[in-house]
Amino acid sequence: MELIFERSRAGRGNQVLPECDVPEYKLGGDMLRAEAPKLPEISEGDLSRHYAALARRCHGVCSGFYPLGSCTMKYNPKLNEKIAALPGWNNIHPLQPDETVQGCLEALTIAEKFLCEIFGFDGLSFQPAAGAHGEFTGLLLIKAYHHARGDFKRTKMIIPDAAHGTNPASATMCGFTTVTIPSNEYGMVDIEKLKEAVGDDTAGLMLTNPNTVGLFDRNILEITKIVHEAGGLCYYDGANLNAVMGVVRPGDMGFDVMHSNLHKTFSTPHGGGGPGSGPVACKDFLLPYLPTSVLGGSGNRPDSVGQVKAFFGNFNVVIKALTYILSLGAEGIREAAENAVLNANYMKTLLAPYYDMAYDSICMHEFVMTLEGLKKETGVTAIDVAKALLDEGIHPPTMYFPLIVHEALMIEPTETESKETMDEAAQVFIEIAKRARENAEDLHSAPHTTPIGRPDETRAARTPVVRYSFDA
Amino acid sequence: MSSYVPSTKDEKQQMLEAVGVKSYDELFADVPSEVFLKERLDLPVPLSELEVSRMMEAMAARNKVYGTILRGAGSYNHYIPSAVKDITSKEEFVTAYTPYQAEISQGILQSIFEYQTMICELTGMDVSNASVYDGAEAAAEAVAMTKERKRVKAFISATANPEYIATVKTYCFASDTELTVVPEKDGKTDLEAVKQLMGDDAACLYVQSPNFYGIFEDVEAIAEAVHAVGAKLIMGCNPIALGIMKTPRELGADIAVGEGQPLGMSMSFGGPYLGFMATTNALTRKLPGRIVGETVDARGDRAFVLTLQAREQHIRREKASSNICSNEALCALTAGVYMTVMGPKGLAQAANLCLSKAHYFASQLSAIDGVELKYSGEFFHEFVTEMPVASDKIVAALDAANILAGLPLEDGSILWCVTEMCTKEELDKAVEIIKEVCC
Amino acid sequence: MITPEELLYSESHEWVKLLDDGTALVGITDFAQDELGDIVFVNLPMEGDPVVAGEAFGDVESVKAVSDLVSPIGGTVAAVNEELLDAPQLINEGAYDAWMIKVESVTGDDQLMSAAEYEAFIASQED
Repeated sequence: MELIFERSRAGRGNQVLPECDVPEYKLGGDMLRAEAPKLPEISEGDLSRHYAALARRCHGVCSGFYPLGSCTMKYNPKLNEKIAALPGWNNIHPLQPDETVQGCLEALTIAEKFLCEIFGFDGLSFQPAAGAHGEFTGLLLIKAYHHARGDFKRTKMIIPDAAHGTNPASATMCGFTTVTIPSNEYGMVDIEKLKEAVGDDTAGLMLTNPNTVGLFDRNILEITKIVHEAGGLCYYDGANLNAVMGVVRPGDMGFDVMHSNLHKTFSTPHGGGGPGSGPVACKDFLLPYLPTSVLGGSGNRPDSVGQVKAFFGNFNVVIKALTYILSLGAEGIREAAENAVLNANYMKTLLAPYYDMAYDSICMHEFVMTLEGLKKETGVTAIDVAKALLDEGIHPPTMYFPLIVHEALMIEPTETESKETMDEAAQVFIEIAKRARENAEDLHSAPHTTPIGRPDETRAARTPVVRYSFDA
Repeated sequence: MSSYVPSTKDEKQQMLEAVGVKSYDELFADVPSEVFLKERLDLPVPLSELEVSRMMEAMAARNKVYGTILRGAGSYNHYIPSAVKDITSKEEFVTAYTPYQAEISQGILQSIFEYQTMICELTGMDVSNASVYDGAEAAAEAVAMTKERKRVKAFISATANPEYIATVKTYCFASDTELTVVPEKDGKTDLEAVKQLMGDDAACLYVQSPNFYGIFEDVEAIAEAVHAVGAKLIMGCNPIALGIMKTPRELGADIAVGEGQPLGMSMSFGGPYLGFMATTNALTRKLPGRIVGETVDARGDRAFVLTLQAREQHIRREKASSNICSNEALCALTAGVYMTVMGPKGLAQAANLCLSKAHYFASQLSAIDGVELKYSGEFFHEFVTEMPVASDKIVAALDAANILAGLPLEDGSILWCVTEMCTKEELDKAVEIIKEVCC
Repeated sequence: MITPEELLYSESHEWVKLLDDGTALVGITDFAQDELGDIVFVNLPMEGDPVVAGEAFGDVESVKAVSDLVSPIGGTVAAVNEELLDAPQLINEGAYDAWMIKVESVTGDDQLMSAAEYEAFIASQED
């Protein structure tokens, strides 16, 4: 379809702002740009149609089932959006005097209290804007802690091979060397390998639990103990917290610091790639190192790692999460986790006769299938199955992750999907498995009904076109 | 109780049976019993929609919404056209994840491609990413882009926003990078200090223009000095000012970054905002974050995809230069819609209104006995005044008239900001009040 | 799969061509390019950089993967094939023409496999 620039016609536009009511001030001509930026010149009517057409070419949770593993694509309640849009939040400058922002401070204080109760931690910072930002911040707390004790030799961060790519990337950004430990045959931390890996150079361990294959590591207490005994700290990647909130707390499992993705677990929408919010929570001995804001102020905190962005974080996202927690209450939080796990196990049960499961045991909020067998038998790959799902109005599961499972598809239904949605989706999956055996070619060329067919990603990467060219 | 779980009691029972367990607790058999929660969490009881609504509305009402805002310092009160909120509230945009499946995500991908093009137009650069968290974090990511094996020292001007300096410091602490703050002179970066401090082990200098005090820096001269030692110049910019000002590219910057919040995002007590980053072709592969590219699909039609992904953490893991994945896509969409509604003329008008009104207010203020502009440099929509009385008195007097005063700085001066939102009448009223306090 | 007789090979699928002037060209094998799929970018070292046998000297990117280029020999980078930076597809089109680096002061070339040994090595890997 046309780009907004191709809809542009010189001379069109909208009268948004009034005439100047003070004497006009002119800057020296040598300070001004040679030509105006080529922004679109378009009427509001055409603009409305353009974005309506773009919206039709998107798939949101509002459009259909979205079992994208490790992303927790649960329903985003309307109430959250309504509350977050109140002028009483949005028209507040971040540097207003404290006495004029009592509502904001109250919201942050209550949200902190609730989240700390759910996490089993003593305090947190809302400054990190996303999960990866939270990892970065949390690891800095670990670095600052070791440095404050005069221990500069702890430079190694232990990370299982099944971890999200952000974990090792965050470790590198914080100046740590990643030590990768293999998972055992059950997808869990290999205790012996962990024991071999720890030492007096261990800064800490990063772990997701339930882990990235959707299993709860039953050795978790032993794992955190091993790391602590070696003098390291334990970092909890909260990406999968939705499975266990209200059931078990990261703080009780022996973790020292964690982040939570409010845009996963606490129902705030993902916006096509953000804004999220990745608050970092910690035990009391790490509180002095939490981030602080220099202009916004939060007291004299000489040991703080400093700021990781301006002001107090993605405040408006926190409001949505707080609204959600207030709606659910203690009972609802646990109910959400229990049903996330029930739904995943139910769907796994429906699919198990037709697809190979990477791990047979009871799963948590998500499960991983391996299509390696199907690929050998029919030539149909995980990506083929994913693309065929597009034709059926279902967002595909996460593909090719975690890396330790070949031809992986990771399914996370979430608790907000009904039994009939999962029954119908399972039928679609089963049908595709049949088609793989009958007409593999049809799957290789899927999707057939989407706005575009499979894009040429090689061409996009070899000869990048990353902006519109007005000369063409 | 509403946890947004649709399953009825019967359905839950059917599913438990299908799975082959008797209870929910059985699903959690792997959780060690000593940490399995037997008690309910210490959280309130569930509330109905109406109760939550009342509670949160009451909380929001405990904030003071000022009628007139004369404070900026990194968060700016601009007019948000009606189309912006309406379009960006479309559920398809709001509830989608990162566009991994291009075939059903063309809307988001195209909107980002359009945003990238607009950011390139504003900055004069060749390539923009899909956004990072905010202006401060964009500055820190830009610094990381410029590090090379033999270029390990980073520099930042003291005239940058203190929040940005603090953020860059944190990132440099993380990566064990030496960071030097280049001193200021009369509210501008001290060019002589740049020349003295930066050597051939320098990676970059970050300079903001207009800077924290609102003043335009001599970016061209700074760029020359920075390039003379082979380092990169990172310029922090205000996107509204770019509607009329020379582009970072024209001024000699290698990387342009900034806070996109003025482009249609409300102040929201500090976030979510939008970090924009743009650079030249030469540095494309150093750019962190998501980038959308144009290609063709299997049918030969135009298509958009996330591209150059092998730079990123999910592929490069510990060798990635940044860990960013979720960014601020909906804010980038917001900025795109804002720039589209405004067009080149509207954006220039916004810039000129800010410029003219700020200068009007500055001239009226400095006509008051004892009030003086602290710096002599040309400014955009922010400026600093020395006051004859304690700044808290001025803040209190304006507050009583529902006006948020400029930001009091540590030395007793005040940093003012005037945007197109302030009418002449409001500015005159503020001047009257300040005059009364001062005299 | 093509395996030219006159080249030497490493277990990490790089080839080495020893030149008469004592320098050597290094690239990746046809087997490697086929495994990687469409190559979209290649990161190469700079002239004058040292390379160590068994250690990475750069990497190649396909659309969704990145793989280290492991140096089969030690020495110093004398030249870099800059053509590949703009046209990485040359590696797919002809792996043995697409040399990546030219190395001088070569060491460790006695550890490499002949064409026949390399083919046997690959066959053993595929079992």
